[in-house]
Amino acid sequence: MAEEGKPVPKPPAAQAGSAAPKAPPQMAATPWESELTQALAARFGDEILEFSSYLGQEFLVARPAAVIPILEWLKTEAGFDYLVDITAVDYPARAERFELFYILYSFARNQRIRIKTNLPDGGRPATATGVHLTANWLEREVFDMFGIEFAGHPDLRRILMPEEWQGHPLRKDYSILTQDQAWVRENLGIESAQ
Amino acid sequence: MADPTFLDSTELVLNMGPQHPSTHGVLRVILKLDGEKVLGTECVIGYLHRGVEKIGENRTYQMFAPYVDRTDYVASVSNGLGYCLAVEKLLNVEAPPRAQAVRVILTELNRISSHLVWLGTHCLDIGAITPLFYTFREREMIMDIYEKYCGARLTTHAFRIGGLQYELYEGFEQECRDLCDWFLPRVDEYEQLLTGNRILVARMTNVGVLTAEDCKAYGVTGPMLRAAGVPWDLRKAQPYSGYEQYEFEIPTGKNGDTYDRYLVRMEEMRQSVRIIRQAADRIPDGPIMAKVPKVIKPPVGEVYVSIEAPKGELGYLIVSDGSTQPYRVRIRPPSFINLQSLDKMARGALVADIVAIIGTIDIVLGEVDR
Repeated sequence: MAEEGKPVPKPPAAQAGSAAPKAPPQMAATPWESELTQALAARFGDEILEFSSYLGQEFLVARPAAVIPILEWLKTEAGFDYLVDITAVDYPARAERFELFYILYSFARNQRIRIKTNLPDGGRPATATGVHLTANWLEREVFDMFGIEFAGHPDLRRILMPEEWQGHPLRKDYSILTQDQAWVRENLGIESAQ
Repeated sequence: MADPTFLDSTELVLNMGPQHPSTHGVLRVILKLDGEKVLGTECVIGYLHRGVEKIGENRTYQMFAPYVDRTDYVASVSNGLGYCLAVEKLLNVEAPPRAQAVRVILTELNRISSHLVWLGTHCLDIGAITPLFYTFREREMIMDIYEKYCGARLTTHAFRIGGLQYELYEGFEQECRDLCDWFLPRVDEYEQLLTGNRILVARMTNVGVLTAEDCKAYGVTGPMLRAAGVPWDLRKAQPYSGYEQYEFEIPTGKNGDTYDRYLVRMEEMRQSVRIIRQAADRIPDGPIMAKVPKVIKPPVGEVYVSIEAPKGELGYLIVSDGSTQPYRVRIRPPSFINLQSLDKMARGALVADIVAIIGTIDIVLGEVDR
């Protein structure tokens, strides 16, 4: 592993690994408290499960149904008018398999926050296109790569993969060597694209 | 004899690309036209999709670094900087001051060379052939510096996680200064040639207008946002790699049209020269690598780090599960997100304007498709 005596500073909770084999190591996040979190907690109550900060980057975890109202509230009341990115992470072992990320920025506050929510396979989060126009392509990419369908999206089609492609490449059970053989055979006229 | 409806107007659907030279690679735009007027557009992208994010999950942190160079390949140094900063943040280390100064110099050289590619090709698209030869002459000099420094010209892989791989070669600073001295009058030369040129002005003024509100709604960043009058630059707003030490200005435009974007990028090249001169004069002594373990295993966690790439906000969201490979790497590509605003800019424009508008977004399809 690392060179002797020169480890990278590690948050203590991240070293759980060998001591407790059952529980996977957790992110060593610290609570995030500010005027903004108080206002959000007052407005959304237990719809928001967690306010945390990791390495100085703040994020909150919300229930899926609350995400769009939170985005809307943050945009109109708190100045978070720029949706930087939407993306997802796949954890196949979890009951709520997908973690959906919304990264927001406020020009007025010069502050960046993340909203996270957990979804089961087949969960249909509402689209953010009504709040931020930029969500259109970003959600199409998440749909393309993870197969998460956004309810109410005006044009939910694949964006990077071919339209007829089967499977969603960024899912963890889609190996890097997996491909849609039938599509490759039919459209490229070869047996394998490897 | 002739069909009585022969002269009726109908809507026409026209395919532009994916092999059209003015689409800067393999972008396909489906245009819906009423005569010359554009009623709507649809971008078909993904022709260059190589699954870079998936590759990232299957490589170690160091092994993935050269891949990011190949997303936006005309700004590979910027990509590398963003990736290294993100992994360093995850490891909670910081590159030493000497490495930071060198990173700033190389990244600003890269901004100039990216803008030079944009200028040459954009002018080519709208009918001026000469600027391409000028801009590529200067770009060649920048590439020579890269080549002398790290051996590569285009996909440089110039940085390492924690700092730099190579110590500077003898005379690096002087070469950078000489380049700046040579280059600054060349920008004036371009401007003499282009800024007042009646054809160019006519092709660019009031074409592809995006207001500041539109930019924010579409998440458009970089020179496009600044041309709409928003003085927002991550190098100033959230400085990284020691940018707070250097004096420079954020050029802005007023109208948010193609012409203002042109002016903003021209001025940005001058500001980059300013930064390079300051940095070259005071590269601190010291180590070029921070203390980073040979095997990089960041603790469980996630970070989002973004930099001001030549095209806008370039971000990396990296999720670590405590192993030697990233659990997830997400690249927030400025080209992809800026391209989404094409439809907004194109509606009501003429077909010829589409060429000018695509040029002014300054897309690189390697980054759009990843």
